[in-house]
Amino acid sequence: MGRTLADKVYDAHVVRSAEGEPDVLYIDLHLIHEVTSPQAFDGLRMADRTVRRPDLTIATEDHNVPTTDILAPIADPVSRTQVETLRKNCAEFGVRLHPMGDAGQGIVHVIGPQLGLTQPGMTVVCGDSHTSTHGAFGALAFGIGTSEVEHVLATQTLSQRRPKMMAVTVDGELPYGVTAKDLILAIITKIGTGGGQGHVIEYRGEAIRSLSMEGRMTVCNMSIEAGARAGMIAPDETTFAYLEGRPHAPSGADWEAAKEYWRSLRTDDDATFDKEVVIDASELTPFVTWGTNPGQGAPLSASVPDPASFEDPTRRAAAERALEYMGLTAGTSLRDVAVDTVFVGSCTNGRIEDLRAVAEVIKGRKVADGVRMLVVPGSMKVKAQAEEEGLNEVFKAAGAEWREAGCSMCLGMNPDQLKPGERSASTSNRNFEGRQGKGGRTHLVSPAVAAATAVTGRLSAPADL
Amino acid sequence: MEAFTTHTGRAVPLRRSNVDTDQIIPAVWLKQVSRTGFEKGLFAAWREDPGFVLNQPEYQGASILVAGPDFGTGSSREHAVWALQQYGFRAVVSARFGDIFRNNATKMGLLPIELPEDAVERLQDKIEANPAKEFTIDLERRELRCDEGGVQTFEIDDYTRWRLLEGLDDIGLTLRHADAITAFEQNRESWLPVTA
Repeated sequence: MGRTLADKVYDAHVVRSAEGEPDVLYIDLHLIHEVTSPQAFDGLRMADRTVRRPDLTIATEDHNVPTTDILAPIADPVSRTQVETLRKNCAEFGVRLHPMGDAGQGIVHVIGPQLGLTQPGMTVVCGDSHTSTHGAFGALAFGIGTSEVEHVLATQTLSQRRPKMMAVTVDGELPYGVTAKDLILAIITKIGTGGGQGHVIEYRGEAIRSLSMEGRMTVCNMSIEAGARAGMIAPDETTFAYLEGRPHAPSGADWEAAKEYWRSLRTDDDATFDKEVVIDASELTPFVTWGTNPGQGAPLSASVPDPASFEDPTRRAAAERALEYMGLTAGTSLRDVAVDTVFVGSCTNGRIEDLRAVAEVIKGRKVADGVRMLVVPGSMKVKAQAEEEGLNEVFKAAGAEWREAGCSMCLGMNPDQLKPGERSASTSNRNFEGRQGKGGRTHLVSPAVAAATAVTGRLSAPADL
Repeated sequence: MEAFTTHTGRAVPLRRSNVDTDQIIPAVWLKQVSRTGFEKGLFAAWREDPGFVLNQPEYQGASILVAGPDFGTGSSREHAVWALQQYGFRAVVSARFGDIFRNNATKMGLLPIELPEDAVERLQDKIEANPAKEFTIDLERRELRCDEGGVQTFEIDDYTRWRLLEGLDDIGLTLRHADAITAFEQNRESWLPVTA
């Protein structure tokens, strides 16, 4: 019987399998950041263990880092201690680190692909749920907890069971003005936050094939918001073109050998999935969230839903609670929802293409009075490229703040936070209660919608301008 | 890891769905570099509300959390498991768990018990009717028993159950296969990237 893409990558990494036991799965790349690693390194020390493959491990500072004054010591002593702990651990165990101020620093899921370290057919893990991003290259990539971070550090493997397989096929073409972010928000609303649970999602179909690597990363990034630990897209010429010439991509004869293998990484015609969903891309429009989980979304043209319209009592109760937290009234047009802050950035939408999309909309326009707009590049390399293209000048001329690289307001572990009751349009991935700051209210949007919203001060698409 | 064999204790109903790990332990608590002290951050925002279920006197000391579906979604933070354990919970009952949370819980000895949604709701009704009611979780028999005789069986795979019963550390188990890992490494493709 045929195998799926995920099956093929999984099978190629099984070190040992035995009846009734989980498999021992080899990990090709382990990404580390300051938040979920300190207790894992402590565990190694307590057990007198070493890092088995520091040469397959790379660290960066991202969650805590301030996006201003990055050459000064971090003002928050607790954040500073955490970052310093990472530095000490990397020095002690011989792990390559991109610290604040380094040209290679950035969000862990932005720097892996940028360096060419993320390649088709690899297994990639990180103590961060958005590791699913790397699946855009046809890698099997998923988030792990700190116990598993320690396990990978010590053994370069994980104890795993073969996941179930789910296909999300997106037929047709995305209409003009509809982006990868709109697509994944619509998928999550359709299948729910538990829809992909226990599964690896493979995104397939014409609309997926047409996406750039940046767009594919945005889609795979939010697989976890649909409950799936991993999302994958079969590698193709778009993938190869992105990878060619990157610092850690194969070259010469290796490049040809690698490509030959990568071309075999596709789901066989006779393979079967445990679950399948089909979506018609041509019906999609700009999409935003109105609630406090990423499955509570709607087209921008819709209104805030009436909780009574949900038949399922659990969903109805969740909607009632969400509207109360979000300070929204059922029936309000989403286009009438006014925001205080617009955040552009994160591992979902902090790459160069995202910044270009924002600049295209905001060029020659102004951020609305009373609205604060933060543009936070996903990495220092993205920042440098944006500045080379003059995007920073476009943002600044419009009245937006141009910042240094990091996770920033996606989760507010640094000073970039919403105040209680403040409302944001955010290109990040989670609209959970308090995610961007205690009491903050988040609407998840695409970069283009974020830019248009900054101009009008209300949730808007570029076509509204 | 703390072994889990049987546990008897009172339960607390958390009638909310999609309890994400940001709610279980907000990000500000993740700046700590130790593994302890997270009980204070458990449900930190919600606990500021005097009406929140964990603030009710009748549920003080409860050790089994019975929550709505999709518990532990979102962020991979294992701190969520540490916070629940350090607050005093030994098990969480829900109709569905976030994959990473469930995995983290079983690594630490916090038992995730998956039951059908209607069974979870009946359990919540029972607890609310009598918060003093005690429940016994018997992992060997895969049973959740109520002190008045009701028995609910749950599923958990044999291997995870064995590891929890014995309190075994996964790293030690994997290192038994160190030779197989070395052999695998000798056959990896030469073009695969290294970070060094």
